[in-house]
Amino acid sequence: MQALYAQLLVGLINGSFYALLSLGLAVIFGMLNIINFAHGALYMMGAFVAYFLLDLGGINYWWALLIAPIIVGIFGMILERTMLQWLTGLDHLYGLLLTFGIALIVQGVFQNYFGSSGLPYAIPDQLKGGMNLGFMFLPVYRGWVVIFSLVVCLATWFLIEKTRLGAYLRAATENPTLVRAFGINVPRMITLTYGLGVGLAALAGVLSAPINQVRPLMGADLIIVVFAVVVIGGMGSIMGSIITGFALGVIEGLTKYFYPEASNTVVFVLMVLVLLVKPTGLTGRAA
Amino acid sequence: MTALTDDTLPVTPRAMRDEMIVFVVMALLLAAVPFSGIYPFFVMQALCFALLACAFNLLIGYGGLLSFGHAMFLGTAGYCSAHALKVWGLPPELGILVGVAAAFLLSVVTGYVSIRRQGIYFSMITLALSQLLYFIYLQAPFTHGEDGIQGIPQGHMFGVFDLSKPTVLYYVVLIGFLAGFLLIYRIINSPFGEVLKSIRENEQRAISLGYRTDQYKFLAFVLSGTLAGFAGSLKVFVAQNASLTDVHWSMSGEVVLMTLVGGLGTIFGPVVGAFVIIAMQQYLASFGQWVTVIQGAIFVICVLTFRRGVIGEIAHFLRRSL
Repeated sequence: MQALYAQLLVGLINGSFYALLSLGLAVIFGMLNIINFAHGALYMMGAFVAYFLLDLGGINYWWALLIAPIIVGIFGMILERTMLQWLTGLDHLYGLLLTFGIALIVQGVFQNYFGSSGLPYAIPDQLKGGMNLGFMFLPVYRGWVVIFSLVVCLATWFLIEKTRLGAYLRAATENPTLVRAFGINVPRMITLTYGLGVGLAALAGVLSAPINQVRPLMGADLIIVVFAVVVIGGMGSIMGSIITGFALGVIEGLTKYFYPEASNTVVFVLMVLVLLVKPTGLTGRAA
Repeated sequence: MTALTDDTLPVTPRAMRDEMIVFVVMALLLAAVPFSGIYPFFVMQALCFALLACAFNLLIGYGGLLSFGHAMFLGTAGYCSAHALKVWGLPPELGILVGVAAAFLLSVVTGYVSIRRQGIYFSMITLALSQLLYFIYLQAPFTHGEDGIQGIPQGHMFGVFDLSKPTVLYYVVLIGFLAGFLLIYRIINSPFGEVLKSIRENEQRAISLGYRTDQYKFLAFVLSGTLAGFAGSLKVFVAQNASLTDVHWSMSGEVVLMTLVGGLGTIFGPVVGAFVIIAMQQYLASFGQWVTVIQGAIFVICVLTFRRGVIGEIAHFLRRSL
């Protein structure tokens, strides 16, 4: 039973990353109509920025949690202003190709300087150790990751679905010209939205730094699983990506316990099954 | 919304004459390679990728479908051919047949699943399916995991042509490439190809004209996947191994890059693109990881500034379809 709970916890943690990443993708897709292939590379940058902050500036984990997403978010906004902006009105496949190129550049540069091996990042003192829950031993940091990312996901959902700013955002997705006519600076809003989505990816990167090692390719394979999560969920709603992300993490964890050989592939197999039954995805609108 | 291949020019009888002239020139140039002192293995490798890129272009350039998982056909056919040649001891022609049949079956299954979603979703599904296969091949015993299948016997094609001789192998690969290329050319210019183009331009209108567009897209997917598998089977004889790199998603990205550089929806573009990218990898190998950065930069530059690609720009300048 111990092992089952441990795998469930691992599943929940992976689910937190899936949810944060697919949430960022959904936010970006909603406003920019771009599938951000660079999302995995930006997640990796988040982890690296946290590493540099600690290693070079002596800035601890708690500040990194705030500063790294801002730095990477600004980097993202520069990308949007200098490149992505020029794709407005073109087929969305060009966005996929452009961000794929950006991902190759970012990952290649990091691989040149840091090789493919990982850099260690210590768990902050306050979150070291573990708790005995009676039925299992819970490492505090892992519990923190699950709760913190859940809070961030719900806050993002609240921001987009329940606030005035979110209402502008959703309106601008539907009809940018009309929203502009009301005196709202839509291009600036698009830039900020991209920054927000990228910031979410970087935040996931910081969270994962103490668990997984900080590696240039840490986002490269993860992003394809997240794409599968997105296909299953359908990117129709913000809540949809959060729930699908967590649920698939848990299913993956359970597979690791009952049939480890399939743990790498279960998400993809599920994707095929969902598509056979419901081609639009679980919460999806028609593409 | 501007479609991916808006700039392609209509095909007229004069255009078809131009294309045949270019084809004959290309075939003669390639046939002369063994006499020119150019390293034949480089050209053979480029020819395999050129065929792969042409097969990929059949889908995106004429059907408007961006597959981000074409490496799965290359890799699957490669593994199956390699296994048939080495373990079952089949002759080369049957080995190729096994690989192509495997790619055909795979494309039927993956096509059935992926055609159900459009646009970006289609790309993501093909990507995820190819990653699924990557993990399967990583764990399956017959692929030997990280080592791959090595030391594949080349044998005698039809019991006559000794493929261990570089010149014989070169001409076999060249004939395979030219046959595949002509088949794709024939498909594009058939009534089926015309319907495919109409789906690319305006799927809703094609539906309202009474075409079952899903069936056309499915058939295009199967043809493209099977031909990509043929490229993978040929590549086994050139590289004499089948490995995980051929199935990894970065290979799918490279195929997209080749086609994009050469020109999406142009007939000769993928061939030029494949030669450019393979030459780049060959001659920039000393830069190590910077090659990835350079490839990424080419992607960005192509998308931002010259979306028509090399051949697309030339064709546009000459006002000819190429």
